[in-house]
Amino acid sequence: MIVAVASGKGGTGKTTVSASLASVWPAPVTAVDLDVEEPNLHLFLNPVIGDQKASYLDIPEIDEDRCTRCRACTDICQFKAIGIFGEVVMTFPEMCHGCGACWTICPENAITPGKREIGQIVTGQAGPIEFVMGRLRVGEAMSPPLMRNVKRHLGLDHTSPDRDIIIDAPPGVSCPAINAVMDADVIALVTEPTPFGLYDLALAQKAFAPLEKPMGVVINRADIGTRDVHRHCQKTALPILAEIPYQRDIAEAYAQGKIIAEAVPSVRPLFDALAKRIAGLASPPIPNEEVCHA
Amino acid sequence: MAKIAVSSEGPDLDARVDPRFGRAAGFMIVDPQTMAFDYVDNGATQVMAQGAGIQAAEIVAGTGASVLLTGYVGPKAFQALSAAGIAIGQNLDDLTVRDAIQRFQQGGVEMAAVPNSRGHRA
Repeated sequence: MIVAVASGKGGTGKTTVSASLASVWPAPVTAVDLDVEEPNLHLFLNPVIGDQKASYLDIPEIDEDRCTRCRACTDICQFKAIGIFGEVVMTFPEMCHGCGACWTICPENAITPGKREIGQIVTGQAGPIEFVMGRLRVGEAMSPPLMRNVKRHLGLDHTSPDRDIIIDAPPGVSCPAINAVMDADVIALVTEPTPFGLYDLALAQKAFAPLEKPMGVVINRADIGTRDVHRHCQKTALPILAEIPYQRDIAEAYAQGKIIAEAVPSVRPLFDALAKRIAGLASPPIPNEEVCHA
Repeated sequence: MAKIAVSSEGPDLDARVDPRFGRAAGFMIVDPQTMAFDYVDNGATQVMAQGAGIQAAEIVAGTGASVLLTGYVGPKAFQALSAAGIAIGQNLDDLTVRDAIQRFQQGGVEMAAVPNSRGHRA
């Protein structure tokens, strides 16, 4: 099972929830930090780092002698990473998303994939938890290419993984957030009961709905603010999977870089229940007539 | 004499120079001796998320112009225009197309060695 912990709003507690969920997870689990622009899950899991390897994006390299300036590549490129100015051919590697359309379409086979380093994939071990993190090179404008490499490293592109995976997603509802949740079996949306939390929760719900994944909500700092998030969840049939109270001992544990489900005894059962509810969302009860190979 | 491309807010000589190169409304391609011109629309770049300057440079290079007069040019477009051998006159955004060409012909435009805009992408 793959669980993505996401949110519209930043700072609601995605990483706090991811770390605790991984720590109570009842089966072998890999915790993945896909917030590659500012990964921080390692600060809580404290993994022993085993390997850090550079990660690359495939970018076009053009053999100018073979190139006939037919413009097929620059016409198909959606990002203007290749330009043909009169007789001059130029590539703009930092514009390239690495889709490969140019070397696929080139009738002269004048374009070959080259490499540009975009970040690192870091792996490690935190007790029984396997740890994987993408770390984007400072100055990179796009994170999805590195996120795709991390997911390829995990084997998400071809097989179902033999371990469960918990993904700490980036905030927002744009390409990086979509990339982080698109392979998940369940999306847990972390929010807070404030107008900002509600607004961005609704955005995330709308953005992720077309993926047709089961979604549920974790309300962090659940006893502040208003009941509007609760009402919204009820109205839109979005199950509330857990409510984490606004409590000094939780805040202190968090501030010391601890995993709250381990550091605060009253929190542990909340996450045990959360893990069960997530598993329930992943395999919903099947109506009788449709049971075949459950 | 070689043709001059001017980023322009509209298809006539009295239109204002469009201060933006990449996202200019269009380009006036002018023969400075006869002041005969063609207008090339650049509207498609307005909706591009990125690469407007590169696309505009392709358009200008495609017209055969050897001089560009405009307001502000970003780093990638500058690199592309320079590679294509197009001389760039910047900071002409307060003029009409006609006045910009006149100033260029009188030697009042210093050709740029570096871009004067940081562009919109890192």
